[in-house]
Amino acid sequence: MYEILENEVLAPNLHRLVVRAPRVASARRPGQFVIVRADRGDERIPLTIGDADPAAGTVTLFIQAIGASTRKIVDIPVGGALRDVAGSLGQPTHIENWGRVACIGGGVGTAVLFPLARALAEAGNEVTTVIGGRSEQYIILADELAAFSAEVLITTEDGSRGRKGFVTHALADLIADPARAPKVVLAVGPVPMMRAVAELTRPHGIETVVSLNPIMIDGTGMCGGCRVVVGGESKFACVDGPEFDGHLVDFAGLSDRLTTYRSFEEQVRHAATECRLTKEVANG
Amino acid sequence: MANDLSMKERLALGRVHMPELDAAIRSRNFEEVNRGLGMEEAVQEAKRCIQCKHRPCVEGCPVGVSIPEFLDALAAENLPESARILQGDNALPAVCGRVCPQETQCEAKCVRGVKGEPVAIGYLERFVADWAMANAEKLAKTALPAATGKKVAVVGCGPAGLTAAGELTRAGHGVTIFEALHDTGGVLRYGIPEFRLPKEIIDVEVSRLVEMGVEIECNVIVGKTLTLGQLREEFDAVFIANGAGLPTMLNIPGENLKGVYSANEFLTRVNLMEAGRNPHAPTPIIAGRQVAVIGGGNTAMDCVRTARRLGAERAMIVYRRGEAEMPARVEEIKHAKEEGVEFVMLTAPLEIVGTDDGWVSALRCQRMELGPPDDSGRRKPVPVAGSEFDLPAEVVVNAVGTRANPLLTATAPALELNRWGNIVADETGATSIPGVYAGGDMVRGGATVILAMGDGKRAAAAIGAHLA
Repeated sequence: MYEILENEVLAPNLHRLVVRAPRVASARRPGQFVIVRADRGDERIPLTIGDADPAAGTVTLFIQAIGASTRKIVDIPVGGALRDVAGSLGQPTHIENWGRVACIGGGVGTAVLFPLARALAEAGNEVTTVIGGRSEQYIILADELAAFSAEVLITTEDGSRGRKGFVTHALADLIADPARAPKVVLAVGPVPMMRAVAELTRPHGIETVVSLNPIMIDGTGMCGGCRVVVGGESKFACVDGPEFDGHLVDFAGLSDRLTTYRSFEEQVRHAATECRLTKEVANG
Repeated sequence: MANDLSMKERLALGRVHMPELDAAIRSRNFEEVNRGLGMEEAVQEAKRCIQCKHRPCVEGCPVGVSIPEFLDALAAENLPESARILQGDNALPAVCGRVCPQETQCEAKCVRGVKGEPVAIGYLERFVADWAMANAEKLAKTALPAATGKKVAVVGCGPAGLTAAGELTRAGHGVTIFEALHDTGGVLRYGIPEFRLPKEIIDVEVSRLVEMGVEIECNVIVGKTLTLGQLREEFDAVFIANGAGLPTMLNIPGENLKGVYSANEFLTRVNLMEAGRNPHAPTPIIAGRQVAVIGGGNTAMDCVRTARRLGAERAMIVYRRGEAEMPARVEEIKHAKEEGVEFVMLTAPLEIVGTDDGWVSALRCQRMELGPPDDSGRRKPVPVAGSEFDLPAEVVVNAVGTRANPLLTATAPALELNRWGNIVADETGATSIPGVYAGGDMVRGGATVILAMGDGKRAAAAIGAHLA
């Protein structure tokens, strides 16, 4: 069992958990992930490790409750425990001093981005961070990112905070300004966002790294469920990734595979709604 | 000699039949197909053994079970003694009694098979092991020798690792098994379906080892959570048995369509995660009305029979050679046929065809004919020109094989590998690093449970000698 020491709500449905997992805390490097299960019989959920404290034996996980399994995880109170935390999995982020880099985060991706951006800053890069969300309440970690970023640009779809629009608008401005144009771009967020970023940087030949989170089970390369086409070749995101060259990723194929179990998820949601309705009716 | 029958009477006895669940019923549920023998049948079958002097059956057993002895005790209805002998030689007898290919091992060597049918050693192994599970209180506890103070790390909780752990513990060493998944058993749990090997059997066999003193730590991926180097610092010896956990891809167009699974993913979803067999399991699976499974081994049979149980109206084996060339056990092929599985032989996949929205709609195939034998001695399939055709399917499962998983070996450059990435080990399991041993599929490529167990047993003996 892996005790939950902190459980903080950062944004609607987005939680920050601090979990006791000493072996993972010691092994982890930025960019790696864990697979967790709330309890016996539950799904295996891959989560990027946001941070780790080897001395305290803890890891920080950011998790967005989007289905029954993730909801169950975020509902575990402090003092409760996850049944399983396995890791750290995947390749660590390649960190180098490129000079000027732009780190782009969307939604929960901003949380995944945070340790990578910090590692890049620690390696001597001038980091410009661009974070986006639907509205102000979905903008997370802005102050934390500001602590080591040369600049933090915020975009919201409704204009409730920062610039109205998408992260790509802010990135396009950066690229257009020779004094701020990044040499490398790191993007973490929803697939359409990462795809848009890759399309934006492609004509400029700016190296772009994206972090993928496809469907996976074991996370050790055993099942091959997380395969994604990169540069015309099938790669396993769990062992070859999760980070890949954004200009080589087949985003259309990735988006499509992510819909495999959509009808199953809808059924589960439907069943859960029905249960609630039945309960409400029963309770009068 | 406990047998009260004369030689003539023993020779007159015919081989027992394994009672099976009706095919029409079982092809729609996950209950165990083979129901097991009753006491009377088992004792009578044990009496068929003529207790021949040269014991060829023992040579046929990769873990060297004292077969005539456990059969003799069974014939005398001395079940505790029979169980003691069996469990002393085999760490997982209830597993072996179910999944071992006895027809090519112990039973193939049985002298009774020369003129007639061999003794049903596998059925009897299962009978005694199941009796032992149900009557644990009637068995004397294994007395362990004084602790040696030596510590051994075992990587992987599958058949090789469990066997080595049992042997090493019985020799007085402290053993910790590190398992990558969240549960024990390795391929026994994620690979072999419930209808061949109920998960409860694994639970009981594993808990027997835990009671003996074996420590098991799940969620530890050696190569990621810990490195081989760390294990060598903490332990006096290491046994690597992490399996063949990497699917071989088909490398044909359409492999990333929705509804295409590797056998590992398909079986893991159903077996380990309970998708499709437990209505409350949150892990999903695409079941498919028409399912094409590519391959001819036991894994392919497990996949196709699972597909049938998930509700497939048409569950098909697509294999490029003929039925005679299939590596699957005869019993698996027979059971699959009884359950309505179709065998599409001499057929090779060319492409997986999809719908506009990315779902599998068919497996495009080509007919083959058998040419001269290849390196494996099997006749090589050759394509028949112009024979392309489409098999309609919503799910395609690739069961052509697995390769060595590089997670551990990538972090251990001193470990010698062959060109397929398998660890090089001698007949005792010794690798290129002193004190590090390896066995099972990580050394052999895809093989059987019992060969892996044999490796575990030999490596444990070698580790014992190394630690002495």
